[in-house]
Amino acid sequence: MASYAEPVEHHHEDHPPEPHYSSRISPSILGMFLFIASEIMLFGAFFTAYFFVRVVNGTPWPTPPFHLPVYLAFINTCILVTSSFTVHWALQSIKRGNVFGLRAGLLLTFLMGLSFLITQAIEYSRIGFNTSDGAFATIFFCLTGLHGAHVFVGLTILAFMNIRAWRGHFSPEHHHGVEIGGIYWHFVDVMWIVVFTTVYVL
Amino acid sequence: MRNPLRSEGEAFRFLVSVIVGALVIVGAAYVNTWLGVAAAVVAVVGIVWWLMQEPIPGAADPAPRLTSSTPGSTHRVLVLAAPGTESVRVPNHATDVVVVVPALASTVEALTGAVDDRRAEAEQTASRLAATLPNARGEVGADDPALAVEDALRTFGADEIVVVADDDAVAAIRERVTLPVSRG
Repeated sequence: MASYAEPVEHHHEDHPPEPHYSSRISPSILGMFLFIASEIMLFGAFFTAYFFVRVVNGTPWPTPPFHLPVYLAFINTCILVTSSFTVHWALQSIKRGNVFGLRAGLLLTFLMGLSFLITQAIEYSRIGFNTSDGAFATIFFCLTGLHGAHVFVGLTILAFMNIRAWRGHFSPEHHHGVEIGGIYWHFVDVMWIVVFTTVYVL
Repeated sequence: MRNPLRSEGEAFRFLVSVIVGALVIVGAAYVNTWLGVAAAVVAVVGIVWWLMQEPIPGAADPAPRLTSSTPGSTHRVLVLAAPGTESVRVPNHATDVVVVVPALASTVEALTGAVDDRRAEAEQTASRLAATLPNARGEVGADDPALAVEDALRTFGADEIVVVADDDAVAAIRERVTLPVSRG
């Protein structure tokens, strides 16, 4: 005879007890919190380095004679922010059963994300300094590069979302893949707003 | 605490609020650098306040009380003993006994994971007590007595619980289980 404990409200006679997690927070919520925390620590490490270089050490930003292409970065920011609106449109479309809106939204999001990454690569190639040109340059490439890596991951996710959308995998009832990818893409966008504001504008 | 990435809709709203915050910071910094810093502090505090407005889903829900079942011919006793406990009394008709000693750690120790010493201490107590009881084994439990009992009941169905700990622990355990709880 089985001799395990179970909640009074739920009796399971023919299968093992419910999975037990001691924290009393659902695993999915806890997982998302841990993900956010790890990302905050990752970006926080680089922003701490940025703070020390720029504020504590007083390194001029950007260090002369270098210049940051603020206008180009602003255009890139507009592209990325717009892509968040298109992925939001894609999700809202599939929720209403509009498959065209889903496909168009995801395709536009992917293309804008790709444009962002290509523009950043062009910016790197023409910026006139590299990682060995002092602390300013190192932090610049680390922060923007770390974000670029996140965009690359997001593009990979978006590629799969597009393939699945064009193969008809999503419906008004089943669109979890779009929801999760959209959350990640918004997160990447939020991080870029912070990076752009601190590195390029302030 | 609100999870800004719980759904795509919430993440989108969070993005919009971050854009607005960034615009305010940049605008203020354009006027005066320190005004920008002040705006950044206000924006960060505002976002943190907004995030704290919502409780963690499910955290406020009362946890279900636990019961357990055992074969009729047995009488299983779960003992919860505080670290350093010298002795414990269990009913004479107990057929199986599990002694659980919670690895009570301070907040700093728990947060940093520096609980090895506490676990070793709990393990010593559990082994020592188990050696003095018939058909007993010892275990190290979670750093919260009630949680340690909950965890133990998942794998060891008991007929009663004997607690050798302070009144708060006894009360917490009584709240969480439907089994008879007595002081040992």
